[in-house]
Amino acid sequence: MENQEKNQDAGVGSFTVKSGLAQMLKGGVIMDVVSVEHAVIAEEAGAVAVMALERVPADIREHGGVARMSDPALIKEIMESVSIAVMAKCRIGHFVEAQILEAIGVDYIDESEVLTPADERHHIDKHAFMIPFVCGCRDLGEALRRIGEGAAMIRTKGEAGTGDIVEAVRHARTVLGAIRDLKSKPDDELMAFAKDIGAPYEVVKQTKEQGKLTVVNFAAGGIATPADAALMMQIGVDGVFVGSGIFKSDNPARRAKAIVEATTHYRDPKILAEISQNLGESKVGISVSSLVENETLAQRGW
Amino acid sequence: MLQRLTGVEAVEVRLPQELNRLDGLIIPGGESTTIGKLAAMYQLTEPLRRFADEKPLWGTCAGMILMAKEVGIDQPLLGLMDIVVERNAFGRQKESFEEDLYVKVLEKGASKPFHGVFIRSPRLVETKGKAIEIARLANGTPVAARQGNLLVTAFHPELTDDTRFHQYFLGLIK
Repeated sequence: MENQEKNQDAGVGSFTVKSGLAQMLKGGVIMDVVSVEHAVIAEEAGAVAVMALERVPADIREHGGVARMSDPALIKEIMESVSIAVMAKCRIGHFVEAQILEAIGVDYIDESEVLTPADERHHIDKHAFMIPFVCGCRDLGEALRRIGEGAAMIRTKGEAGTGDIVEAVRHARTVLGAIRDLKSKPDDELMAFAKDIGAPYEVVKQTKEQGKLTVVNFAAGGIATPADAALMMQIGVDGVFVGSGIFKSDNPARRAKAIVEATTHYRDPKILAEISQNLGESKVGISVSSLVENETLAQRGW
Repeated sequence: MLQRLTGVEAVEVRLPQELNRLDGLIIPGGESTTIGKLAAMYQLTEPLRRFADEKPLWGTCAGMILMAKEVGIDQPLLGLMDIVVERNAFGRQKESFEEDLYVKVLEKGASKPFHGVFIRSPRLVETKGKAIEIARLANGTPVAARQGNLLVTAFHPELTDDTRFHQYFLGLIK
């Protein structure tokens, strides 16, 4: 896959350094922030990276209309305020927003269904960028299509801005379950498997050989509590994104720190019990089953 | 990586008691502020310092930052080695890079290059006291050092298939 990257002359922008950064985020928490103040709280709590946004998904949901890439001035301000990695979102298929984010110099781009898609058929050719991309998925086919396009990190879509973990669980179990099935398949069935899930054959083959996705796989979309984060880790993801869950709560600093601790000590119920105490109220709480189909963000992209 | 080397069992460490039965410890890449804060919160800092008195400790990238005595900004450190380290010294992710290094202390190190993967990497500004530089970039920037049983690399041998740095570290275990 590395020979597809277009900027390797100076040893920069290779797939190794793009996917390598995600390796360094493993076991960590990436937090949505809308201001310098939030970013500093997130770093102080132990986040491995922040996602710089104008609105968290819960507010995007409430606000309605068209959600776009954030103001570059805000993103730059946040980049200057913390030493950890800074990510930013562009719309699905909006490669010019991605070019702008690359020009600003963000560390990772999230081609995200949380924003209103710019292209309903094509995602961005991510090999063409120096900056690595993370993309959402609901199943293995979608994950491998994004990896085929050059994504250096994958996350579940979940259902952002709801505080309901059910979709993140569904998507993680679907992806991990399909990988378990794939591992048991003989090589002569891989082409039919690739056809059935609509994924590139080579990426299917590599996934079988490695027994896991070829890039780091995080959970996102609905994580609101330390227990939610630990649940996703025990199911088998490499780390978590927390969007609205932290700064839409009574005590963001405390909740942020608790979710970081839970993601590290995810197998230790005693520690989880300790850090889950007295966190105050989580302000996000829309049951996904109460949403009608056109209100779900996860169905954006394919 | 370690599992591929015969006779080595690798375990993860999150709590102080998990250090007890180890012969050596690697502090991997990651976010140095996150690792430092979690180590302090779960009372790992002092046990790690005691561990380093007796047994080999290797820090890659974030681990190198944590093992330094000076990094120029205020963050929790182990402060074990007489080195000055600059964080994100080459810039942001866009400037992350790969470069072949000639590391004489490795097996065939003078002739067979070791592939260095540098991700939002720190650099060694200064090695002093008992710390000795063991690798540098073609432009002269030092990127690895050793001080007795302590080893630091600004790059990530764990992202390559070359096991020579891991072998070298195992050689520090008595």
